[in-house]
Amino acid sequence: MNESTLLLVEVGALLLGLGFLSRLANRFGFSPIPLYLLAGLAFGDGGAIPLSASEEFFEIGSEIGVILLLAMLGLEYTASELVTNLKRSRAAGITDALLNALPGAAFALLLGWGPVAAVALAGITWVSSSGVIAKVLRDLKRLGNRETPTILSILVIEDLAMAFYLPVLSALVIGAGFLAGATALVIAVLVVSAILFLALRYGRVISALFAPHHAESLLLGVLGLTMLVAGFAQQVSVSAAVGAFLVGIALSGPVAHNARQLLSPLRDLFAAVFFVFFGLATDPSDIIPVLVPATFLAVLTMSTKTLTGYRAAARAGIGVPGRWRTGFTLIPRGEFSIVIAGLAVSAGVEPQLAPLATAYVLITVISGPLLARLPEARWFRSAIGRQAASEFARRKAA
Amino acid sequence: MSIRVEKVDLPGIGTRHDVVTKSGRRIGIVSHRTGERELAIFDVHDPDASSDSIVLTDGEASALADVLGASVMLSQLLDIGEHAAGLATEQLVLPASSPFAGGVLGDTKARTRTSTSIVAIVRDSRVIPSPTPDTRLESGDTIIAVGTRSGLDALARLLNNGPG
Repeated sequence: MNESTLLLVEVGALLLGLGFLSRLANRFGFSPIPLYLLAGLAFGDGGAIPLSASEEFFEIGSEIGVILLLAMLGLEYTASELVTNLKRSRAAGITDALLNALPGAAFALLLGWGPVAAVALAGITWVSSSGVIAKVLRDLKRLGNRETPTILSILVIEDLAMAFYLPVLSALVIGAGFLAGATALVIAVLVVSAILFLALRYGRVISALFAPHHAESLLLGVLGLTMLVAGFAQQVSVSAAVGAFLVGIALSGPVAHNARQLLSPLRDLFAAVFFVFFGLATDPSDIIPVLVPATFLAVLTMSTKTLTGYRAAARAGIGVPGRWRTGFTLIPRGEFSIVIAGLAVSAGVEPQLAPLATAYVLITVISGPLLARLPEARWFRSAIGRQAASEFARRKAA
Repeated sequence: MSIRVEKVDLPGIGTRHDVVTKSGRRIGIVSHRTGERELAIFDVHDPDASSDSIVLTDGEASALADVLGASVMLSQLLDIGEHAAGLATEQLVLPASSPFAGGVLGDTKARTRTSTSIVAIVRDSRVIPSPTPDTRLESGDTIIAVGTRSGLDALARLLNNGPG
């Protein structure tokens, strides 16, 4: 077979397989992300059946995947939602960052990985997966719950924080040093503030570039603008992903609504390619030695995440069962942790970071949604019953 | 009495409106940005958790709103009688045999003939408030009228049998 025929066969077989995996995940009500990662592991370097012709396709596809993941995230939120949340949930966001990023950083330093890997691992343990969590909330019919806004606001703050974190990490991983990191942060703050300001003030002007009801031109136009801005952002070392995120935020109204619907099949395709590529680039035999540290890190940061959610819900006046629901729901780490690990590994920061991040994400993304169901179990209810009763009495007295 | 409706933003999803009833139960409406709507009933023992949520289509939501709106309007109208001495409110169903079925309200000349006032017409759980003389009448309509006891009795006869 010649190169391009082989490419069709490999990509086709893999996508077909991913389709079945996604169907399986849906049947059992969990996220397909861990299955995509495992599929990547099986077909990559040192895996069961290494791919030969399609590596390049997956590499480019995975870059588009990151850009689309972030652009869709930006489209989900309006600029005013981001600004209100930034004002209202700043305290919860800072607690979240301290409790979840610091253990990751400390862990990397303990393993002797150096400061840049510490910054990367801090990000990996910090950010919960908004994609997985939104699905869990929907599946467990908890969108109407009173603690749900607390969960969502933490996710929004984290996603927004990534717009400042990723540029810093991009600067650090290319070995530019902490001064360049600080410069990148300043640039990011200025650019993000400018985009939020423009989106709030002139959101309609930017959206007026596109015709919301002409599907074809909207798809091409929005995708083009996103990739263009992502490229420029990369060039000025603000990270392509952040550029895409900001394009998503800047669009509003019917343009954003329709673009969301048009881009989401593309996002599903390229995000799957992205997760597979990350698995492809990781040698499965490297995972076994990091399994113990990854489990330890996962247990540690799952606890700190639960504590974060518990405290944020308590501050929002939610009762004891709702606080546990908030904590457990926030556990899964997903797309961002992989994006961060991918960024660090592609720059050659610490080879063990990729297998560690893979194992870490697999553990949290599988156990998170299971733990989220825990507060509904009878034994759990009765265990927290006493705590809830005393809390209730105290609230009534106040 | 005004009811407090709490509005909460759900970033990335939409908004939720909550009402806490007099009996302490909480009802929420989740409006998705995609236009989907969910009615959430909150748990008695855990007031933060919705024990069930029901997805409503556009049509179902507006039908539900109509039924609730219509029944509230009816009970408010029927209250009038208790507040004004000598005045009564009555609901009369327009029979199919009525000479006015299919005509307009003006045909009945009810105000002149019986000194009663037709304040609303309820049709298929929809309320037509303050009908005008050219509002159509259909058999099965519930006609809500305010007047004296004898006036209302005269109106019932008029609607059933026509003038004369």
